[in-house]
Amino acid sequence: MGAPLLSVRGLSTEFRTERGTVKAVDDVSFDLAAGETLAIVGESGSGKSVTAMSILRLIPDPPGRIAAGEVVFDGRDLLKLEDHEIRAIRGNRIAMIFQEPMSSLNPSLTIGLQIAEPINLHRRTPWAAAMDMAVELLGRVRLPDARSRLKAYPHQFSGGMRQRAMIAMALACQPQLIIADEPTTALDVTVQAQILALLKEVTRAANSALILITHDLGVVARYADRVCVMYGGRIVEAGSAREIYARPRHPYTIGLMASVPRLDQATGTRLVPIDGQPPNLADLPPGCAFAPRCRNAVDRCRSERPALVKSGPEHLSACHFHDQLSA
Amino acid sequence: MTSSVPDAVLPETVLEVRDLKVHFPVMAGAVVRRQVGSVKAVDGVSFNVRRGETLGLVGESGCGKSTTGLAVLKMLDITSGQVVFEGEDISGYDRARMRPIRRRMQMVYQDPFGSLNPRMKVAEIVGEPLEVHGMAADRTVYRERVASLLDMVGLLPDMADRYPHEFSGGQRQRIGIARALALEPSLIICDEPVSALDVSIQAQVVNLFQELQERLGLTYIFIAHDLAVVRHISHRIAVMYLGRIVEIASRADLYARPLHPYTEALLAAIPIPDPEVEASRPQQIITGEVPSAMRPPPGCRFHTRCPKVMELCKSVDPPMRDMGDGRAVACHLHGG
Repeated sequence: MGAPLLSVRGLSTEFRTERGTVKAVDDVSFDLAAGETLAIVGESGSGKSVTAMSILRLIPDPPGRIAAGEVVFDGRDLLKLEDHEIRAIRGNRIAMIFQEPMSSLNPSLTIGLQIAEPINLHRRTPWAAAMDMAVELLGRVRLPDARSRLKAYPHQFSGGMRQRAMIAMALACQPQLIIADEPTTALDVTVQAQILALLKEVTRAANSALILITHDLGVVARYADRVCVMYGGRIVEAGSAREIYARPRHPYTIGLMASVPRLDQATGTRLVPIDGQPPNLADLPPGCAFAPRCRNAVDRCRSERPALVKSGPEHLSACHFHDQLSA
Repeated sequence: MTSSVPDAVLPETVLEVRDLKVHFPVMAGAVVRRQVGSVKAVDGVSFNVRRGETLGLVGESGCGKSTTGLAVLKMLDITSGQVVFEGEDISGYDRARMRPIRRRMQMVYQDPFGSLNPRMKVAEIVGEPLEVHGMAADRTVYRERVASLLDMVGLLPDMADRYPHEFSGGQRQRIGIARALALEPSLIICDEPVSALDVSIQAQVVNLFQELQERLGLTYIFIAHDLAVVRHISHRIAVMYLGRIVEIASRADLYARPLHPYTEALLAAIPIPDPEVEASRPQQIITGEVPSAMRPPPGCRFHTRCPKVMELCKSVDPPMRDMGDGRAVACHLHGG
């Protein structure tokens, strides 16, 4: 493999709050190759969304601040770019899709205008031609009657149609990377499956990389090539999806998998929950953030923070006992 | 729906819903308001729930699952049909007559943030139903009851004097459950009770529901869109689509042999958290979205999205047919 498309190194993002500085993302590193789908999995407060926002420098400052790290995209560190340079990348070479399409679409502009805008802005394509491209894009995301939909406003669309329009907008400038933050959480089950399949199909066709941020282990299993599991602002486990599901090497990942019911599992057994509550980022323990909830924790876990180390081919784990765990 | 099992061997029926309809009028006109249509949120739903069992109600938004729950509790006006609770037809009851019934039927809501009064301490939230129903006269007994309710849902006694904002989502849901349990109900309607919670916390709350059911003999209607969770917790499951039940069956039958194409589609849409399994699973994703409940399609309401649609389906509404073993389905493919 040559140089990765995206290389995140030592990324740390902080927020200043009343209770002091909170490290929402702490020393996060990962690589992503062209055409690859990486899932970032975690629960609320794990830092998965802040990681995504940090890549595009969408962290509101104040109160937020990217405190350290590099985000090298196609050879350039995005964190060192001037504001106008990062604006030329957003929506152009890196596109983002959010959970709630209604709040990321402008309610007072037509769908056609919103899809054509980045094409006009970034590619200097004249409006009429950009509108033609918008029709083509709406067809590609399988919105029926694309031409007549151009004049529609977001409120006239259903949730699934809005998310299709968002995907069309994201595809407008043929981005090399699409970041999708919980893109289907607000949608119905059957529509969720449609949208994810569509996203996978269009990224595959364009050989774009995809970062899929989700809490849903099923979605990860169906769509991701590689996985980063986040907890308390840090990556606790990373590797190929098959490796992580077959041989999880962190007690948090093992715990998550045991706590979700599966359609293909025998019924009548109890779920095995993870005890306790997710950590408070303002008050993280000095050792492993998961130690207070971990059934295997020993004194060392409470005092010494485990580093993310190699635990097998294509597999990293941040557990002192990664080589002694069994799911 | 009738069952082929003789009534004598069935456990007691706690709730019976017969041909329930809840229609909401749609009004228009700025000066003279007139009704221009109606949303048939629930349009002819029948089912029963036996003592000690969990009936799962699943379906996508607009299918009427939450409206059904609210109508059973009489928190909405019923357009027609019967709701028989513990042998008593409560369909026509007004607020005053519902009051003693409400003690026996409680609700747990989805949003543990919006459903608890932020100005009340936990002990007040949990104890309020006791006060409302005049069961708080003896303060010692009252305090003991509140303490035992908190204990029952896994909260510590010293949490009683704190306010909801001091708790996490999972703990708030426990507070909501303790409040629902205060009056010792026989039926609890749980409306998406775990979908707002983090994955690791969902399992804690699901287990709590199951433990309480075993300990207290509770009956649940568990409303959710997550089929994996519903399968895990329910004994029987009713699948709803656009205001109707399209299939009802035991958990084992429904998941092993779904009869209605919509049930099949819902199951196929849920990914299994295992890449090996997913790689070999046929990906049958149905197209389209749920149509408006104001103008449901003619014939079978699912025909616009059904991969197995036939000419008949476009004009003739399939009736619910008894398939034996307590199973019923509304689909022309299973016309008997």
